[in-house]
Amino acid sequence: MGLVNWARRKSPWLVHFNTGGCNACDIEVLAALMPRYDLERFGAILKGSPRHADVLVVTGPVNMQNRDRIIRIYEQMPSPKFVVSVGNCCNSSGVYRGAYNVYPGLDSVIPVDAYVYGCPPKPEAIIHGVAALLSKIKEAGQPPKETTQEVTA
Amino acid sequence: MSSSFSIIVGPQHPALKEPESFKFTVDGENVVKAEVRIGYAHKGIEKLAETKNYIQNIPLMERICGICNVAHTICYCQNVEYLYEKEIPRRAEYIRVVIEELNRIHSHLLWIGVLGHEVGFDTLFMYLWRDREVVMDLIELLTGNRVSTALMTIGGVRRDITSEIAQKLRKGMDILEERTRYYKKVVTDERSLLQRAVGVGRLTPAEAIKHSAVGPTLRASGIRSDVRSDDPYAAHDEIPFNVITHGSCDMFGRVVVRVDETIEAINQVRYCLDQMPDGPIRTRLPNTPPRGESVSRVEAPRGEDIHYVKSNGTDKPERYKVRAPTLGNLSALVEMLTSKEDYQVHIADIPVVLAGIDPCMCCMDRTARFVEPSREKEWIWTWEQLKKYTERM
Repeated sequence: MGLVNWARRKSPWLVHFNTGGCNACDIEVLAALMPRYDLERFGAILKGSPRHADVLVVTGPVNMQNRDRIIRIYEQMPSPKFVVSVGNCCNSSGVYRGAYNVYPGLDSVIPVDAYVYGCPPKPEAIIHGVAALLSKIKEAGQPPKETTQEVTA
Repeated sequence: MSSSFSIIVGPQHPALKEPESFKFTVDGENVVKAEVRIGYAHKGIEKLAETKNYIQNIPLMERICGICNVAHTICYCQNVEYLYEKEIPRRAEYIRVVIEELNRIHSHLLWIGVLGHEVGFDTLFMYLWRDREVVMDLIELLTGNRVSTALMTIGGVRRDITSEIAQKLRKGMDILEERTRYYKKVVTDERSLLQRAVGVGRLTPAEAIKHSAVGPTLRASGIRSDVRSDDPYAAHDEIPFNVITHGSCDMFGRVVVRVDETIEAINQVRYCLDQMPDGPIRTRLPNTPPRGESVSRVEAPRGEDIHYVKSNGTDKPERYKVRAPTLGNLSALVEMLTSKEDYQVHIADIPVVLAGIDPCMCCMDRTARFVEPSREKEWIWTWEQLKKYTERM
C-alpha cells in the first residue's frame, strides 16, 4: 500500500473538463502547466482520456447540457479518483447564480475533493489546490470519500 | 459507391478546450461533411442580465468570455453610455484602448501558441506562453488581475495609468515587440509549421462574405474590414494603425494576420502612452438611463462583437443581446472543413482548421428564436416557466 500510495502521489495525471465556463479559468489552468509555473514538477501531466487520469480538474459552472457528461467522465475514471473544482463558478456557480441553465455548484453533481477560489484563480492558487490535494492523499493513504477540504487562494 | 461514416468529436475531447460537439462525415481520409452541435456552454446570461441593474451587469458581461473580457466590457459600457448620450473623458477612452490592445496581444500570443500545439510543435507553444507572461504581468500591474480586468465602468474607467506604470508598460512593449518579430520569422520560415498551414483551411473571399466571417478570419481572406477603422469607437479615431490583411485565404494567412496585428497593437499602446491627454478618468452618470435602445460594436480579438440594449426607464435592462464573433465564424468553419473538387480536407487537418478561427464557444452560446408567422402556437417560455424549469434541478 505504501508503494502504491507513493506512486499515486508522485504522478497525479490530470484530465481537464470545462463544463461551460468563460475560458478564463481554462487559460489559467494551462498557464499553471506552462514553463513559468510548471505544475509538471509535481509529476502532473495533462491527459486526454479520463481513463488514464487520477485527478479531474473541472472549470466553469455546471449547466444542464454538461451535467450528464461530467457524471459520465467521472464514472469513466479508474478508482481512486479525485476532483478539483477550479474557480468560483464551479464551486458555487458564482456570478451566474440564478441563471436558468446553471447548477448551484459542482458538488451538487459529483463529490469534490479540493476547491480553488478566485475568478479566475491565479496559477499559484491552482498549484496550491493540487498540492493540498497531494498532501491529502499522503495523509489519508486512501482518499476519504465524504469529507472535503477547502483551499483559499 | 463511396463508403462514408461519421466520427463524433466532443464534448470532451483532447483537441477541444471547450465543450462543443462536431460530427464529421469522412470518406477514407477526406472529410466530406462537417456539422456543429452547439449549446454546451449556454448559461442564460442574457436572461440573467434582465434581473440585475446596469452596474451589477458589468461583472456579468466580463464573464461572457474570459479571454476577450475587455472587448465585452467596453462594448457593454459604451452601449449604456450611448443611452445617456453623454461623452466620456478623453483620457478614459485612451486607457480603454490601452487595455483593449494589451488584451489583444495576450489573446493573439495565446492563439499562436495553441496553433503550435495543434500542429505538434510544442516547443513554440511553451516559448509563446512563457513570453505571454510579460503581457499578463502588465495587465496585472495595470488592473490588479491577470485575466478578468474589471477596469471598465459606465462613464469611464476605474484605474488611472500613472507615470511609473507607463514606464513599465513601455519597457514591456519593447520586450514583446522583439519577441513577436522573432516569432514572425519563426512562423514564416519554419517548415514544420508551413507544411501544416499553407493551403489548409481554404476560405475564398466570396465564401467568407457569404458565410459572414469576421475578424482575422475575414482579413486573412484578403478583405479589409475592422470596426476600429470602419466605425471608430473610444479613441480609435485618433490612433493610427494599419488594418492587416493577407491574400493567401488559408491557415498561413491567419497566422500572419495575427502576428502582424500583435505588432500593430504594441504600436498602438505606445502611441496611447505618448499622446494620452490629462484630465479625469470618469464622469458620474445617474443609475437609471433614459428610455431607449442602442447598439454598439467593438473589434474583439476574434472579430466584430455586437451588443444591443433596450432600456425601459428602470435601473434594469429590458432586453440585452450579445452577438459574439465566433458565431459568425462557425458557418465559415463548416465551409473550410468540407472537401470540394479542388480542395481536400484530411482528418489530420481538423484540429488545425478548428483552431484557425480561434473558437470561443462560451462567447457565442446564446439562444435565438426565429418566429414563423404561419404557426399559431409559439414555443417561447416566459420567465415563470424558465423558473419552474430551473427548480426541477
